[in-house]
Amino acid sequence: MELLGLFHYWVFAVLLMIGFYAVTAKSNLIKKLIGLSIFQAAVFLLYITMGKVEGGTAPILQAGIDNAILSNPLPQVLILTAIVVGISTTALGLGIIVRIKEEYGSIEERDIQEIDRR
Amino acid sequence: MTELFGVFLLTFMVITAVAIVHTRHLLVAVILTGIFSLLMAANFFLLDAADVALTEAAIGAGISTVLFLAALALCNEHERAYTSSRLLALSVVTVVTLIVIYATFDKPRFGDPQAPVHQHVAPWYFDTTREAIDVPNVVTAVLASFRGYDTLGEVFVVLTAGIGVLFLFGVRPTRKSEMPNTTAPEPGQGLRHYLIPRVVGRLLIPFILLFGLYVQFHGDYGPGGGFQAGAIIAAAFILNALLEGESQALQVMPQKLLTGLMAGGALLYGGVGVVTLFMGGNFLDYSVLAADPVSGQHWGILLIEAGVGITVTGVLISIYHAFASREKH
Repeated sequence: MELLGLFHYWVFAVLLMIGFYAVTAKSNLIKKLIGLSIFQAAVFLLYITMGKVEGGTAPILQAGIDNAILSNPLPQVLILTAIVVGISTTALGLGIIVRIKEEYGSIEERDIQEIDRR
Repeated sequence: MTELFGVFLLTFMVITAVAIVHTRHLLVAVILTGIFSLLMAANFFLLDAADVALTEAAIGAGISTVLFLAALALCNEHERAYTSSRLLALSVVTVVTLIVIYATFDKPRFGDPQAPVHQHVAPWYFDTTREAIDVPNVVTAVLASFRGYDTLGEVFVVLTAGIGVLFLFGVRPTRKSEMPNTTAPEPGQGLRHYLIPRVVGRLLIPFILLFGLYVQFHGDYGPGGGFQAGAIIAAAFILNALLEGESQALQVMPQKLLTGLMAGGALLYGGVGVVTLFMGGNFLDYSVLAADPVSGQHWGILLIEAGVGITVTGVLISIYHAFASREKH
């Protein structure tokens, strides 16, 4: 039971580093951006996991029930807006990648650096 | 049982993430990203974050996948096999993973009500929401009222990103005279000639729009709000654009109108703040909007959520059109 509770945090660590690996080791720019979204998703998971209260339910108050166990709404508010901001910045990144493709003819970091060196 | 399901979802998420990084076919990677987001959304729901799950499902699994596909259509679908510093990256990643896992042993037990996160301000937000704002969904109350400044900032980040994409692609509002003749056959006419997507899509769009409006206006009482509704409504319009083609979709919703929506929503949000200033309150203090402070809060939340929804809808549809109407070079 104790280990099961830590499982969420382990998955957070593993996902974070899978995303980080894609950002650092992959040469393809779209792959890097996908890696960045996995990294981002891992952080979202950490926050939401911390807000969970055992036996709780979604933080929506119900009339007449005062002693309901509710999970913490604050991490949820943070992550809710972060997801929307995340997609907007990802879209901006994709836009830059498309422009790079149009100028350099490639989305591989290696090729782009080679063209720049010439 | 729920916990086992959670473990199942988390394990699958790790497998999907490994597959995403491993595959060299970018189309496969993008589709897997959609599946990853859907698993994430289900997991958020298990963790009691209904609002976040709704957002992740609409944005991560829906709009994000479409945007990646639109960008892929303009780039190569295959990733080239470059292997540089792979061993170094792998060793760094392994070491950091082990360090983070070691650190998790000091974390409070999962779901522990005595954990520090739940001790400081969280009870205050619950109590004050009951007294001063009186909307059932505490997430909405915190988002729109207590942390109204943050949300205003985030709306402007979304707006800025939208403006950035439009600038990058040099999108201009189409004038009447420049409108392409729709009777002539043209390449970007979507899936109009495929019977099943067209029939199913046309049937779905009104219901998606209705659900979007429900999520928008029921956000005070249940899971929902401007961010989620904006994404859902944008998804309906993007589905329409996929089915009917670009030019048809831009006639339904011209770029000029979309740009207006982008700016108008943010302006509505900021305008509510200025109005509260003139009515003698602090910036974004909705209590002064009506004679009764609690109903003033209700009005304020309704208005700024509408502003958020309008901006998010405008930005997401504009970004989609910016990608989709671009020709491959």
